[in-house]
Amino acid sequence: MADTDSKPRSFQEIILRLQNYWAAKGCAVLQPYDMEVGAGTFHPATTLRSLGQKPWAAAYVQPSRRPTDGRYGENPNRLQHYYQYQVLIKPSPPDLQELYLGSLAAIGIDMEMHDIRFVEDDWESPTLGAWGLGWEVWCDGMEVSQFTYFQQVGGHDCHPVSGELTYGLERLAMYVLGVDHVMDMPFNDPQSPIALTYGDVFKQTEEEYARWNFDVANTEVLLRHFEEAEAECEAILAQEHLDPKTGKTIIMAHPAYDQCIKASHIFNLLDARGVISVTERQAYIGRVRALAKQCADAFAQTRAATGEAA
Amino acid sequence: MPDLLIELFSEEIPARMQARAADDLKKRVTDGLVAAGLTYGNAASFSTPRRLTLALEGMLAESPTVREERKGPKVGAPEKAIEGFLRGAGLTMDQLEERDTPKGAVYFATIEKPGRPAAEIVAEVLEDTIRNFPWPKSMRWGSGALRWVRPLHSILCIMTDEAGTTVVPMDVEGITSGDTTEGHRFMGAGRFAVTGFEDYAAKLKRDHVILSAEERAETIWADAQNLAFAQGLEVVDDKGLLAEVAGLVEWPVTLMGDIAEDFLNLPPEVLQTSMKEHQKFFSVKNPKTGRIEKFITVANRETKDNGATILAGNQKVLFARLSDAKFFWENDVRTAKAGASEWTEKLANVTFHNKLGSQAERIDRFAELARDIAPLVNADADLAEKAARWAKADLSSEMVYEFPELQGLMGRYYAEFAGHPAEVAAAATEHYSPLGPSDDVPVAPISVAVALADKLDVLTGFWAIDEKPTGSKDPFALRRAALGVIRLVVENGLKMPLDRFFDAQLLRHEIEQNGDDQASKSLMGDLLKEIADHGVFGAAMRTVVDAVDGDLPEHIEELKTRLPDTSVDLLSFFHDRLKVFLRDQGIRHDVIDACIAMEGNDDIALLVNRAKALQTFLGTDDGENLLQGFKRANNILTQAEEKDGVEYSFGADAKFAKEDAEKALFEALDRFEPSIAEAIKGEDFAAAMAGLAGLRAPIDGFFEAVQVNSDDEILRRNRLNLLSRIRQLCASVADLTKVEG
Repeated sequence: MADTDSKPRSFQEIILRLQNYWAAKGCAVLQPYDMEVGAGTFHPATTLRSLGQKPWAAAYVQPSRRPTDGRYGENPNRLQHYYQYQVLIKPSPPDLQELYLGSLAAIGIDMEMHDIRFVEDDWESPTLGAWGLGWEVWCDGMEVSQFTYFQQVGGHDCHPVSGELTYGLERLAMYVLGVDHVMDMPFNDPQSPIALTYGDVFKQTEEEYARWNFDVANTEVLLRHFEEAEAECEAILAQEHLDPKTGKTIIMAHPAYDQCIKASHIFNLLDARGVISVTERQAYIGRVRALAKQCADAFAQTRAATGEAA
Repeated sequence: MPDLLIELFSEEIPARMQARAADDLKKRVTDGLVAAGLTYGNAASFSTPRRLTLALEGMLAESPTVREERKGPKVGAPEKAIEGFLRGAGLTMDQLEERDTPKGAVYFATIEKPGRPAAEIVAEVLEDTIRNFPWPKSMRWGSGALRWVRPLHSILCIMTDEAGTTVVPMDVEGITSGDTTEGHRFMGAGRFAVTGFEDYAAKLKRDHVILSAEERAETIWADAQNLAFAQGLEVVDDKGLLAEVAGLVEWPVTLMGDIAEDFLNLPPEVLQTSMKEHQKFFSVKNPKTGRIEKFITVANRETKDNGATILAGNQKVLFARLSDAKFFWENDVRTAKAGASEWTEKLANVTFHNKLGSQAERIDRFAELARDIAPLVNADADLAEKAARWAKADLSSEMVYEFPELQGLMGRYYAEFAGHPAEVAAAATEHYSPLGPSDDVPVAPISVAVALADKLDVLTGFWAIDEKPTGSKDPFALRRAALGVIRLVVENGLKMPLDRFFDAQLLRHEIEQNGDDQASKSLMGDLLKEIADHGVFGAAMRTVVDAVDGDLPEHIEELKTRLPDTSVDLLSFFHDRLKVFLRDQGIRHDVIDACIAMEGNDDIALLVNRAKALQTFLGTDDGENLLQGFKRANNILTQAEEKDGVEYSFGADAKFAKEDAEKALFEALDRFEPSIAEAIKGEDFAAAMAGLAGLRAPIDGFFEAVQVNSDDEILRRNRLNLLSRIRQLCASVADLTKVEG
């Protein structure tokens, strides 16, 4: 295990320490989902797995994209592509707050010197038809995590309730490492033979994507993709549960949910391009939510939700 | 008599809910105890971010035994009836008592409910309170079914008397009561047991928890002022923020930090809003420069470095936040300098209401209305239109998108960069006013014109689509808008017939919603012009209709009645708001009714002046007597008119006056009628009322000396016609039949 008493020296060390910490606490350490998402919550390991009876404990890094937050890599804190660290435990354990505080200690935050606060922040995702109650966690006035007890996902009441922790990794790491501009943050160990900063890795991509997101992305193509993803999602879910080839019951909740994720991300891109009016906005969000709800309905019938043996 | 201490210990309770929750805990528990017969001496409740606490002093150790007597059936009543009575009372036959009553012998039962120990009752009441607590929002957690604002961890429930402390045993969904709690999350030393309230409060303090929210707030405020004062600065007062911050900490440590030089030139409202909304910082002002130069933050713990690390962290966060604000400001200023066309274009895509079109369409509409109104408020029409078109531009700005509460204010700042004159800039902020009954009313003519146009457009719009406020539902704050119009008119003393503007604006909504057919559209355009000339819808309609050869389009035909109906309905809504407004100023409702019943009741200022003068007049001896005189005259007239089937309205002739008092009344009427008419024409109601006062003595004298219903029919008719002069004269001032008394 990493030397938790000392301060971490790089972005990646913070990630590694979180991975080790949550692994030690019994979470399955998963890998990022291989699609563009707006937040770690979209990973099926959170959205879908928070549904149903079956206990679950997972932790993972999720690259996340928010096209409207692009600032060409110039703003010290805003990025259109960034990383979230996500933990989901179902049912939420009674000592989740203490477990969480332990993770802050693990990445070198000295509780004796800092002011940690749980400030009301109810979480709602209109696109996922999900909401929960919880807090944003402040460290010296900085929001370092989102802490939520899921009450509803995809329109389904959560029984049992999942506890979700989301760390905004760049912001948290900048704070721990004492860096003022995200691009100056050491990505690997600054003593490495080839030391890389966050800027070495991402400055150029932030510029490229900001230009594409705001000014170039072909909105007609995107609009078409949105429609297609929506249609595909519904088509998948409309299939008979009984697979004629294998003779098994196979509900394709995950492939359908991929299309829902896709639609959601395309909507974000269209929003960044400024082609969605306020009224249309609500309508689009409603369409994505309808997909999320249908996927949740489908997943709730699967073994991964009910916990029944195959 | 024991004391009771209850603490419900949970994960962090939202600051905004704590005070209310402490009150609810007290109310629910004490109500429950009292209902079960457990009275107590004193009760106090407290809240911190992690606990709700209730302390009761001098509670009964058990509830008193209660005896209840029930009257049953008569002796000898059917067996079934007696059995039923026994079942209901839970007694046997031998426990009943026979008593003689005037109706014969009757069975009586005495039911005794023995007292119960306090612990039993407390456990029941507290469990019920926990299970049914009125949180604004509550949640489940883990695998449990219990709902609380955030996970509930422990229940402390103890009773203390001379003999010592006992735990009130209870179990709510697996949470067992005990006598322990814990202190500060980071500065405390783990769980500890307590023996009573004093011990509890003292041990909490030892473990760095100040139990009382007021004490925390006072500490914060005193420390903040000291920090600021030491550097010649002052903290910007913010009670709401103070209460919130006191709900975020158990052990407040107040720290003051710097705002980086880069940001000191942002508008102070931007600094203040950004710091408050995002960071819950207080603003610290330099009285010499008037600028906000520092901030106060409140930490929840002490540290070895006296908060240096915490402050540095907060400062860094603030830097990032203000960088964002500055980014918005600079982008917005750039857009404003380029003429802000980007903003106005954006407003075309922003829906105001799905039946009332976009913000851009709304702006077009009320800019035209602002032009119409301008001459009445001594404003330049072009400038008023310009101000109206600018008033909502900042809704598209990045700053207002981030901080909606800065709408209007940013418009004022950006106006300067867009090259607008000061009046236009001021109107951007002021046209939203007055927001509440105590909010200042704008007085600058341009601001007044835009404020009126904005509010009248909203009101006529929702009337046009028939979405009026009902009961407690007023989602578009239409009552506030109407009150705003009333205050703008009254406090600026504006002579402004509302009817005309209702009609014009209703018509503009009509053109927008139903202007698809070209013929109707052009007719409605003509109509709008005619309203501007005639000031009256009916006359304008006649002019337009006269100019049309052949049949009117069906839509216009239908509009002939629909539009005036809507307009009248809106005016009556205004009258209702006006009643509330004037009642708050002490004007009697019957006085207001007497004035509303008069012509020209769409002229609010006139209506208010009339009502105030009438109320003052009725408060005088003359007024009171004149009212009685009028009522008497009116009664006699009404009866005679009913009996004779005619209306006595004119023809009174002094030559038929017989008695002196009669002659005197003729003289007085001849003398006062012209001056009263003159006063009313000049809307000088005080003078008109003074004129009426002069009639009091002659009217009193007349009724004293003269018998109206004389046998001589000529005399009688002359006298009735004379009374009708009184009635008419009074009616020109107000409809006194509506006045009570």
